[in-house]
Amino acid sequence: MSAPAAPITPPLDRTRAKRRAALRRRGQVLLFMSPWLLGFTIFFGYPLVMSAYLSFTHYDLLSSPRWIGLANYRYLFETDQTVWPAVKNTLWFIAIAVPLQVLFAMGIAIMLSRARRGVGFFRTVFYLPALAPPVAATLGFVYLLNPATGPVNTVLGKLGIEGPLWFDSPAWAKPSLTLLALWGVGNTMIIFLAAVLDVPKHLYESAELDGAGFWLRLRCVTLPSISPVILFAVVIGVIEGLQYFTQAYVAASVAGGSASYSAEQANTLGYPQDSTLFYPVLLYQQGFRYFNMGYASAMAMLLLAVSFAVTYVIVRNSRRFVHYQGAMR
Amino acid sequence: MTRALATVGLLLGLALLSGCGGSSSSSGSSSEPATITIWTPFVKPELTTFTSVVRDFEKSHPNIHVKVVGGTNDDKIVAAIRGGNAPDVAQSFTSDNTGAFCPSGAWIDLGPYMKQDGVDDSIFPEAPRQYTQFEGKRCALPMLADTYGLYYNKTLLAKAGITSPPKTISELTADAKKLTQRDASGKLKVVGFNPFNGWYENAPAHYAPSWGAKWVDSKGNSILGKDPAWADLLRWQKSLIDWYGYNNLVRFNAGAGDEFSASNAFETGKVAMHMDGEWRVAFLKREHPELKYGTVPFPAADGHSNLLGAGYVTGSIIGIPKTSKHRDQAWQLVKYLGTNSAALAKLSNGIQNVPTTTDSLQSPALTPLPNFQTFLDVFGNPNTSTTPITRVGAANQETFQSFIDKYQAGQKPDLEAGLDDVDQQIDAQLKQASAGQAP
Repeated sequence: MSAPAAPITPPLDRTRAKRRAALRRRGQVLLFMSPWLLGFTIFFGYPLVMSAYLSFTHYDLLSSPRWIGLANYRYLFETDQTVWPAVKNTLWFIAIAVPLQVLFAMGIAIMLSRARRGVGFFRTVFYLPALAPPVAATLGFVYLLNPATGPVNTVLGKLGIEGPLWFDSPAWAKPSLTLLALWGVGNTMIIFLAAVLDVPKHLYESAELDGAGFWLRLRCVTLPSISPVILFAVVIGVIEGLQYFTQAYVAASVAGGSASYSAEQANTLGYPQDSTLFYPVLLYQQGFRYFNMGYASAMAMLLLAVSFAVTYVIVRNSRRFVHYQGAMR
Repeated sequence: MTRALATVGLLLGLALLSGCGGSSSSSGSSSEPATITIWTPFVKPELTTFTSVVRDFEKSHPNIHVKVVGGTNDDKIVAAIRGGNAPDVAQSFTSDNTGAFCPSGAWIDLGPYMKQDGVDDSIFPEAPRQYTQFEGKRCALPMLADTYGLYYNKTLLAKAGITSPPKTISELTADAKKLTQRDASGKLKVVGFNPFNGWYENAPAHYAPSWGAKWVDSKGNSILGKDPAWADLLRWQKSLIDWYGYNNLVRFNAGAGDEFSASNAFETGKVAMHMDGEWRVAFLKREHPELKYGTVPFPAADGHSNLLGAGYVTGSIIGIPKTSKHRDQAWQLVKYLGTNSAALAKLSNGIQNVPTTTDSLQSPALTPLPNFQTFLDVFGNPNTSTTPITRVGAANQETFQSFIDKYQAGQKPDLEAGLDDVDQQIDAQLKQASAGQAP
């Protein structure tokens, strides 16, 4: 950068001015970033550090944390019998509900992209459910699928079919939640729609000239072109699946009814028969119901590690089937 | 970059420093004028009665002004204590949480105040005395209790030719079968007695006193598998469920209406006999005054006729969160609500809950509704019992219930092995909660 031959010593005040300018610029950058920095530190960094610390303590929320080393982790991996069923429930959701959600969202997007008339109307209709707050949507589904009084089973009954017990049956509770998840898939659907509409027309045209039918075009043109969005939807879906809580909590409390007035909170987490006791629900139960926040923090750290690992594995392996247009890699 | 990191570090440090803890402050003398706040979970119409009793307190303590906040719950109380802005007096419906409030000091020890004012805890019957203290530390007083008994629909019983309500579990079972009605397709229209665990008030704790079933041994270890009473109770429950058909009953429950609404299945005559708390008397008066019903203590297990008259009891607890700035004045209010016979009688009359001192049970001011006397009697019965208080809230009961849910569905055929397993889980949970504690 500087001239090598004749070493000129720059005037001292010029260097200083430069340094001051650089400093000011850095200051400005920091200033402009400060809202994010503050938010990140207070609402993400601090809780993360605290959780990591609390996971090595016994903490009942009321007295100060008591250092117990690895006892929480030992209890988590060796003793607690409720962890594995909860993990299995969560894995079920990730293995079945998440792929279905992605397929469903993609299917609707592809259908919508081919609609000739009423495009705006259909887009709105399929997107609308995503606007319903999760609690309200869950309440609605529990009502619709009530085995005794719900409209769905009433209609099925008229057709001579005895409807399932839906949210009241351990075999049907997770499928019912899956239906709810599929219904509210609008956000992912919109992203897919944008991606599908963004596939260059000329690719379809040349494929068509080569005699490719709908399926071949879908497989060889559409899917590769939207593969980055598929990856995005899968990763987001898996992370949301790992954190699945609200719908399970609400469905279990409403379908399970209340078991005790005096205990004010119904003992219905996981109803029926722990089939909706997902990992985050168990975490909540331990932290806020059993005054065992240290242990809940250990569970949270495990969840963080697993989320991180799963995302890493997916993204790592995605290079084989995700195609970016241009030099995006 | 280093600068950014330093900034982050600094902010983190600040956040850590300022993040937690409210400071406890000294208390003023009770004669000093002060405004204190009380949080109660009551909502209208109960809140109206509660507030009027607090106004009576203000009349007799002109220096103390009380602000009443209704509709609170334990989550809010815990969060407020952590934030340092908890009320001066807190009431909770969840006596199970005494095990969290007392040992942590989140609710202050009332012992010194009681000694100073000569209040002895023998004024409370045994069970409420138990659920308001933990490991020798009394941080709460009981204020109103809930007891459980059997409600029966007189019209339906008369129709089935049953002249008097059941006194034993065999009688209850026989009557339940007689009272049950199915439609042409076999669907349950009227259920004689619904034993399904988790439905309405059906919880093992509420049935235990009628079998004399014990939760823990003298060392505090869980003995659900060792006390044969539990297996008896669960086998009876399951056999009656199987008689209805598990799926039939699940379907019936789903359509039975919300427990705390006018569509409650007992109130609408869909259930003929019903285990419920004393508050239902007031609900029935308000929602279905036309229903002809009676109440008796819950039938006793066969061979345990001595237990007839006993029942489960739990109730509200009141105490002083450690963040209170007016502890002396707060104590005056706690003492008034927890021990004043006239106040308890007025609360009981208005809310139709059981008053919680031996004196107030005899108070001439008490005007129980018809059918309410049963619950006052259950409360006074020497065999009436409550659940043990633990450090982990209701974790023991919930672990147990989760097992019963599976057992009654036929998922856990080996009952004894299952109960032993539940014991292990509960003991492990309790041990985990006291890890690293100074012995």
